[in-house]
This record gives sequence, structure tokens and C-alpha cells, in this order.
Amino acid sequence: MEINDEHLKELEDEAIFVMREVAAQFERKVILFSGGKDSIVLVHLAKKAFWPAKMPFSLLHIDTGHNFEETLIFRDELIRELRVELIVGLVQDSIDEGKVVEETGINASRNKAQSVTLLDIIDRMGIDVAVGGGRRDEEKARAKERFFSHRNEFGQWDPKNQRPELWNIFNGHKNFGEHFRVFPISNWTELDVWQYILRENIKLPGLYYTHRRKIFLRNGVYLAWAPFMQLKPSEKVFEADVRCRTIGDITCTGVTLSKAQSLEEIITEIAATRVTERGGRYDDKRSEAAMEDRKKEGYF
Amino acid sequence: MENNDASNYKSLLRFTTAGSVDDGKSTLIGRLLYDSKSIFEDQMEHIVQSSKRLGKEDVDLSLLTDGLRAEREQGITIDVAYRYFATPSRKFIIADTPGHIQYTRNMVTGASTADLAVILIDARKGVLEQTIRHTYIATLLDIRHIIFCINKMDMVNYSEIDFIKIKNDLSDLSSRLGVEDVHYIPISAKYGDNVVEPSENMLWYTGMTFLRLIETIQIKKDKNSSDARFPVQTVIRPLSSEYHDYRSYAGRIAGGVFRKGDEIVVMPSMLRSRIKSIDVMDRSLDEASAGDSVSIQIEDQIDINRGDLIVKPESLATPGQDITTMLCWFNKKPLKKGVKYFLRNNTRETSCIVKSVNYRMNISTLEKETTDQPVSMNDIVNITLKTASPLSYDSYNKNNITGSIILIDEGTNETLAAGMIE
Repeated sequence: MEINDEHLKELEDEAIFVMREVAAQFERKVILFSGGKDSIVLVHLAKKAFWPAKMPFSLLHIDTGHNFEETLIFRDELIRELRVELIVGLVQDSIDEGKVVEETGINASRNKAQSVTLLDIIDRMGIDVAVGGGRRDEEKARAKERFFSHRNEFGQWDPKNQRPELWNIFNGHKNFGEHFRVFPISNWTELDVWQYILRENIKLPGLYYTHRRKIFLRNGVYLAWAPFMQLKPSEKVFEADVRCRTIGDITCTGVTLSKAQSLEEIITEIAATRVTERGGRYDDKRSEAAMEDRKKEGYF
Repeated sequence: MENNDASNYKSLLRFTTAGSVDDGKSTLIGRLLYDSKSIFEDQMEHIVQSSKRLGKEDVDLSLLTDGLRAEREQGITIDVAYRYFATPSRKFIIADTPGHIQYTRNMVTGASTADLAVILIDARKGVLEQTIRHTYIATLLDIRHIIFCINKMDMVNYSEIDFIKIKNDLSDLSSRLGVEDVHYIPISAKYGDNVVEPSENMLWYTGMTFLRLIETIQIKKDKNSSDARFPVQTVIRPLSSEYHDYRSYAGRIAGGVFRKGDEIVVMPSMLRSRIKSIDVMDRSLDEASAGDSVSIQIEDQIDINRGDLIVKPESLATPGQDITTMLCWFNKKPLKKGVKYFLRNNTRETSCIVKSVNYRMNISTLEKETTDQPVSMNDIVNITLKTASPLSYDSYNKNNITGSIILIDEGTNETLAAGMIE
């Protein structure tokens, strides 16, 4: 497959510039690592930005406990290779400490609770910047996001009062207790990410490629089945060839029916698709402003 | 893909849109995405549902870009939104800037990263004060390509006479402001005329549709090609056994070309050395040019820090602490002379105080006015400031990266203003 990579080079140059600005402007730096393709691309960019030095970031994984097993294996292998610190924030801890009340019912998800755990860790460890793989094309509230996004001492985002961001000058000034979220791949689209993964030959968890899995259909979204998930009487579990377009908490990550075995096939599939990748994200279906509300509370 | 020809061809086109409230910017972008099949099914379903809920007759395509709850409720765009779409020939990044309360801030922000500006005009109203303002800001930010979309042609019966009148007014304005490359298109964003498909209602218009134009327009990339500029972001020192003595300077080239073996000067220290190697991960390059993020090793051990500017001896940047600059003021709090602000010029940060406000630009009449009034939000002024430590800069028109500054409030940390050095 031939990819015109002029635009990929420009996006990469921009992202590396942002990574280096983060290194220069902050003290305690983490990359939010979910095991998903966007965070894997971030890690690759960080590697490239500081080579041959070790990247000046720890990886922070907010673990809902509802993982795809493959993601954790992949994560641990990557850590061994990079020789960087891994910080794991367990949502279960936040629940046990009474900081968040677990949702109940059929649609129960720990997705929202992740924000509490994340902010808790940021506060406890004195983290002043968390680099994330958020992209503006993902969702309409994210389209308004800055590269350097300020969070107040409560970890909240104030979308109506964001700092203007001009040229390539990033203002990381903040008061004690505040932090920044930084999004180096803001300007990338889903297709750019996949083309870049192919161009750089980046290794991904097998979940992104076609595999046989038990799934069920809920509100038009195929969800991966796991033993702890409650089913409605009308919902039937069946096996199919699927792959993940995004990877998050297993309870809210939709899968797509696909037989794509290679990056080339995935790219062809995505170029032809008519649904956005978050169209399969159950967490966004909750309301029109679901993402905006979660982001204000401190979500990724 | 059909895009490997001329060297000034750019496969990534960044443009900004400007217009007054209700000129239909969001509708134009919505139409562009819809007709170019860049709106996905789930997004469309959202828009259809939201339009119904808001009691609209037709599907309101502007809902696609209005991402915040307050924006949808009030039917206005508050903040700059970024949109992405691609056709087989180009990838586009759109900065959709609202013409509302903080119009200068938003448009300047959107324009600062754009190659091209799209300015909307209501065909019923013609050239307004805002049109002058938008065109002026585009030229102030050194955008060399402007497309004027004369929108709502459906409301003037697709009249060629109305279009020509507006076009003539715009042509006067553009030549007064010295815009290099100007285009005019009569459109109806609401019904799609001349956006993606040629209009059947305006057969008198023989030019390109909007999409065709942005797909084919040649963008000049020659802005920073002559003078080599490398602002140092950070120093890379692995301190590992394998790379024990490795030391390089990381940054993104802001102008010109650097080659292995080139003699360099570090500003402001004026120390000299030569380039030993230009690295991108484990690859070593013979040369690198404007836009490339690289790291540079040099022959001699000299003191180089973040904020220093590496140049070549034959084309030094301007050193100095007294800077005259055009300044767009963004904050509710007015500018104060004599107060200390942080100043950022690319990767260099220092403190500064504003010594004098030389004139205010009346952006409705394009007259320079002397005034003792405080400089407040949305004002564009010419000032002289003094920095605590020397800058190494260029004029903005020579280099947008080494020629731009922002001011930051020392107390609130807000970005207060953007400046284009003269």
C-alpha cells in the first residue's frame, strides 16, 4: 500500500515539537496510557522526540479492572522495553476508599469513575502534566480542545475560558496544585493514526486485528462479552469475527465485525467506513454533551 | 493521489474561516463536510435529532461544529473549533473562528496557524465593518491567500449584479491592504450552491466551486526559506553507557536549511561552531529544512540552552531588548504601561514592560489613531516594549515563528496578547 506521507511528516514534526515543549516546561510528567492505539502512538513519538535518551515520562494507566487481558500483557511488555516507570491507578481503590460510588444496573460502567482515580493520582503524586492521545476529530467537545489544556486545582476544564493558543507558542504557566493536559496528536484523524502506525511499523495489541470473540448487540453497538457483564433478557451472546476500533474499558468498547488481518486491510476498511470510531463508544451515547461533561470533571 | 508535483505543493492545507454572526460559517463548513461525504452516519443522526429537538424546519448543519452545550443552546459559536476532512488530493484542517464577543482573539488565534483565510460576506449586506476587520487581521497575520465567499446568494435571487458590486468593493479593500492572492465565489451554504457542486442557479459564474478551489490552490511555502533558524527547545543528554558523550539540541527548524558541516552561530551568546550531525532518532540526515523536528549535535562543547537561537553567520537574527510590535490585546483587564509581563518569543521566555503605545489601529477605517484611552480587549495597537534579557528575533513578515510573541500575565498566567514584531 502506498501512502502519501507528506501530511504524516508534518503531523509528526508538530507532535514531536509539542512533546519537547512538555519536557521543557513541566516537572512531573506522565503519558496517559490506556493500551489503545493512540497512546501507543504517543509513546512512539516520545521515543523519537528524545532519542537516544530515555523519554522523560512515566506511563500512567488508569485501570478500571475491566480490561481486555491482551492490553495488560501488551502494556507490561512495552514497559520492559522502554525501561520507564509504570504507575497504575486502580478504580477499585477509589471505590473502596469511598471516593466514588460504583454505578449499578445493566449499563453500569466504571468509565466515569476513572476521572476520580486519575485526579486522585495526579494530586497525590504531584503530577503537573498528563500527556494524552485525545484528538480533535474524535468528538465535538474535543474539537474545542487546546494542545496545552489548563486544569484548575480541582482538575476541571473550563471550556468557555480557555487560553488562546497562537502559532506554536504553548503557555504552560500555572499555579501550584494546577496541572495541564497536553494533546500532541490533536490534529490527527483516525486515518492519520493508522497510516502512521503502518509507516512506522508500530506494534499493536492483537485486539485491533480480526479475531474470534463472544459478543452481543446493545442499542446498535456490538459489545465484547465478559463474565461480569449483565445482559438484558433479549440480548444473546454469540461468536463472530471482530476487531476493536478503539480500546478502552471492556464494558463500553464497541467492536466491529471485521476480517481485517493486516494494517493495510484496516486502513482500507477505515477509509470506507461511514461511522466514526466513537460511534461505537457506549460512554458517548449517554447524552449529547456526555464527553463535554466528563471532560469538565477531569476525564481524559 | 495526484500530489507530488511542484515543490510548493502542500498536501496539508490549514485554513481559517471568518465572518460576522449569522453569515453562515458553520453552515458552510457543515455543507462542505456533508457534500464531500465527510460526515459520518452517527454524526448525521445526531444533527438530525438535535435539529428536531431545537424545533428547526431543516437539518441545521451548523450543529456539527458547535461542540459545546452553551453553543448549541444559544445557536452561536463561542470558541475556535478545529475540523478535519480530506479529499483524494488534500487533507484540510479548518479553524472555525466565531465572530462574537472575543472576535479578535478568536480570529487571530485561528489565523496564526493558517495558510489561507476564508471570509464570508452576506450578499444582502455587502462589505461591512467586520469584513474590513477580518481582512485586516488576515493580512496582519501575514496570510497571503484569501477567498471571499459571498454567501446567501439565494436571498438576493442569485443576482450577478449584486455579486459584482460586492466583488468590486472587496477588490478595493484587498488592494488597499496588499493581499497577494484573492478569490471571490458566490455561494449559498444553506442550499449548497458552488460549495461542492456547481450552482445551477448561477450559470453566469464560471469560476471554480469552493471545494475545487481549496483543493487546487497553490500555497506559497517560501515564507521561511532563506534564513536558517533553529530555536533550541531542550538539550538531549542520555547519560547512558552506550551514549555516554552524546549531547544534542532538540528543536523544530523555523526557517531555511541546515546541513551537516555548516558553520553556525548561537544567539545571543554569538559563540560559533559547526554541525556535527543532524539526527532523527537513529537516522542521521545530510540536511534538514523549515518545519523539520530534529536534534543537532555540534563540534564544540559550548554553552547552549533552551531559548537560544541557532543561525548561520551570513544571516544573523536581530538582537535586541527594545522591540516595536503590533499587538492584539485579548484580556478584559486593559494593558498597563510599566507593569511586568512574561514574554515568549518561540522557546525563549523573559520578562518585559511596555514602554509606549505608539498608535491604535482603527480596524473599521484602517486609520492609525493616537490615543490616551486604555488598550482593552479586541484592540490592535503598535507598542514598544523592553525585555529583561535580549531576544534574537526577525520581523514577523520575514519569519512568522521568530517574529511572533505572546504576553502572559504574571499573576493569573493567562495569555494576554499576541504580537507581530515590526
